Amino acid sequence: MTSKYSRFDKPARAENIFLQGARVVDPRHGTDQVMNLHIRDGVLQPTTNDAPTGAEIIDLRGHWITPGWFDLHVHLREPGKEVAETIATGCMAAMNGGFTGIACMPNTNPPLDNAASVNWVRDQARPFPVDVHIIAAVTRGRAGKELVDMTEIVEAGVRAFSDDGSPVKSSAVLANAVQYANMLGARIFEHAEDTYLAEGGSMNESEWSTRLGISGMPTIAEAIDVARCVLISEFTGGAIHICHVSARESVELIREAKRKGIKITGEVCPHHLLLTDEACKTFDTNFKMNPPLRGEADRQACWDAFLDGTLEVYCTDHAPHSWEDKTQEFDVAPFGIVGLETSLSLALTHFLSKGMSLPTLLDRAVYSPREILSQPQPRVAVGEPANLTIIDPAHRWTVKPDEFKSLSHNTPYGGWELTGRARGVVHRGMALIQTF
Amino acid sequence: MLGLADYSAAEIQTILDTSLQMRDILNRPVKKVPTLRGVTVVNLFLENSTRTRTSFELAEKRLSADTLNFSASGSALSKGETMLDTALNIEAMKVDVVVMRHKSPGSPHFLARHLESIIINAGDGRHEHPTQGLLDMLTLRDKYGSLKGLRVALVGDILHSRVAMSNIIGLKKMGAEVIVCGPSTLIPRGIESMGVEITHSLDDAIRRADALNILRIQLERQTAGLFPSLREYHKYFGVTRARLEQASAPLTILHPGPMNRGVEITSDVADSEHSVILQQVTNGVAVRMAVLYLLAGGRAEPSA
Repeated sequence: MTSKYSRFDKPARAENIFLQGARVVDPRHGTDQVMNLHIRDGVLQPTTNDAPTGAEIIDLRGHWITPGWFDLHVHLREPGKEVAETIATGCMAAMNGGFTGIACMPNTNPPLDNAASVNWVRDQARPFPVDVHIIAAVTRGRAGKELVDMTEIVEAGVRAFSDDGSPVKSSAVLANAVQYANMLGARIFEHAEDTYLAEGGSMNESEWSTRLGISGMPTIAEAIDVARCVLISEFTGGAIHICHVSARESVELIREAKRKGIKITGEVCPHHLLLTDEACKTFDTNFKMNPPLRGEADRQACWDAFLDGTLEVYCTDHAPHSWEDKTQEFDVAPFGIVGLETSLSLALTHFLSKGMSLPTLLDRAVYSPREILSQPQPRVAVGEPANLTIIDPAHRWTVKPDEFKSLSHNTPYGGWELTGRARGVVHRGMALIQTF
Repeated sequence: MLGLADYSAAEIQTILDTSLQMRDILNRPVKKVPTLRGVTVVNLFLENSTRTRTSFELAEKRLSADTLNFSASGSALSKGETMLDTALNIEAMKVDVVVMRHKSPGSPHFLARHLESIIINAGDGRHEHPTQGLLDMLTLRDKYGSLKGLRVALVGDILHSRVAMSNIIGLKKMGAEVIVCGPSTLIPRGIESMGVEITHSLDDAIRRADALNILRIQLERQTAGLFPSLREYHKYFGVTRARLEQASAPLTILHPGPMNRGVEITSDVADSEHSVILQQVTNGVAVRMAVLYLLAGGRAEPSA
C-alpha cells in the first residue's frame, strides 16, 4: 500500500491498479466471487490471475468489493454554513464512509434553487471520486410559494426537487410541483411533517417526552403529510419520495400506497432503525433529529419495511452542525446528526446479523437510490468505469467522532464498537484506499 | 440535584428528615447557623421567578453561604453569550454551588456535564422542580405523618407542569398514590406509564383523594387552543368550596403558587382551614436549606 491512495484531500489517479483477492459482490449483475480486478485509467480490465506489468498490487484478501454505495440524503451546508461542512469536507466524509455517490439537499443559504447554484456545487465536488447529485429546491428560496425554474434545472442534470428541512406547506404548490416534475421525469422528495402538529417539539411525543418535559412531535405529524403525498401522487400520477421515514403510521400508508401501484418511494436512516426516543433521557443533543427518534413499535415497523422493501432506500440524512450549535440546551440546539462515516459500518454490524442479506442491503444502499434519481447503475464488469466500494468486513473499530473527515462531529454513535468498515472507494478515475 | 428521578426513597426520606432540623432553625429567634460559611452559591435564574429565588436565597443566607444573584436580563446573555459560557465564567470566579432556573428542560443536566460545581435544579422548563416536590411531600408528611398509602390528586395543567412531574416521581417513590386530573389536552401522552391514574372529572378526584395539589392555569394555554376559555375551565376544573363539600372528609389543599384566584382555585378554598399553602412556603426554605446542607456541607471550611 502506498500513501498516494490514502490522501483524502487529493485522491490518487486510478491509473493502473490490481485489486487482488477480494470477494466481488454485484448482485444485480449476478456476481459474487473471489477475484482480482485490474483497473486502468479508471476502467475495469479483463480479469487476470497475475498482476499486469506495472500495475500496483493491492492485497484485498478477506475484503469485499461492491458497486459504489450511494447516500440519497446528505446536507453539505455550503454555501452558507461552511463552519459545519463544506462540499470538500462532505466529499471526504463520504469517501471515508465508502460512498461514491451522494445526493445533497438544497437547504443551504442561499438555497440551491437555480441551475447556476446546482452547477457551482457540482464543480466544487469535481476533484473527488464522489458523484454529488443535487436535489434542487421545489420553490424559490424554499419559501413554499413559487416553483423554481424546473425545466432549466432538470437540463442541468437534476432529477429531484425538495424543500427538505421543511415540507412544502401548501398542498396546491406540492400538487403542481409533482405534476410539473413528472412531466420532466423528475420527482419530489418530501420532508413529511405537518408543521402545526409538530410545532415547538424537540423530540417524539411519547412517554419519554412526558418524563423529560420536552415538547413532543407526534408520529401523526409525519404520517398526515405522508397521507397527503399518497393522495397527491395518486391524483397527479407523479412520483413522490418520502424522506427519512420514522413512524409506524407512515410505513403503513406507504405500504398500502405501493400495493395500489401509487408512485411512492421511501427512505430510512440508521438512527430510526437502531435507536428509540428513550435515548433522549440524558438530554444529549446528539439524539435530537427531525424526524425524531420514535418508540420501539415505530422502530420495528421501519425495520420490517426496510427488510421487505417498503422503504427501499438506506440513507443517512447527514446533517452536520458545529460543536457550538449542538452544545446548547436540548430545545435550543438544532436538529440533526452526521452519518456518512458510520452508516456502512452500522449496516454491516447491525443489519446483516438481524436477517438482512448482503444483496438486500446493497439493493437499499447501491441500486435503489440511483434508480430513484434515474441514474445508471454501476456494474463490476470488464469495460465499465470502476465505481467501487472496498470493505473490510472484519475490521473492528470504535467510533471516534474526532477522527471524522466531516467538519462536524455530532453523532450519537461515539464510542460504539462496530465490525466492518469501508476501506476505500474507486470512482471517476480516482482511488482512495486507506490503511487502518 | 438535577431531579427527583435520580433519588431513592431512602434519600428522599433523609432530605425530609433533615428539613425538620432546618425548620427548627427557622423557628429560633436567631435564624442563622454557620454551616455553609465559606461556600459560595450563585442563583442563576434565567427564567423569571420570585418565590423560588427568594426561598433559595433565604435558605443560603440562613446557612451563612455567600450568595450571588444572577438574572438573564442585563447580563451577557442578552448580548448573545451562550448559557454555557455564562456559566463557565461564573464558575471561573470560584463558586461552589449553582442553583439554576431555566426554561429549557434538561438545562441543569447540560450544565452538569460541563461544570464542576454542585448544580441544584430550581426548575427546568416543564421537566422537574425537585425542591418543590420535596416541600410538597414535607407538607403532606407533616399533616399525615407518612406518605405511604396517601392518595394525592394533581389538578390542572399537568402537561406544562414541572411541579407535577416532581410530585409524581417523589410521591410514587414514597408509596403514595397519585391521580392526575385535568382536561385531556393538558394531560401529557404516556403519563400512565409513571404509575398514575388519570381522570377528567374533578368531582371524581375529590371523591377519591386525601389531598389536592392545584396547579396554576396560564392564560396563554387558552390562546394556544388547549381549552376553550378560562370561564369553562373554572366551571369544570376550578376547585371551589361547594365541590369540596362532596368529599367524605376534608381534603388538604396545596398550591405551588402563584395562584390565579377565581380560576383554578377560589379564595374561600385558598384561605380555608384545610389549606396548607403558606406552610408550603415555609417548608420550601427548610427543604432548600436541607438540600444545600446535604450537598454542599462537606465543602464548608472548618470553623475557626
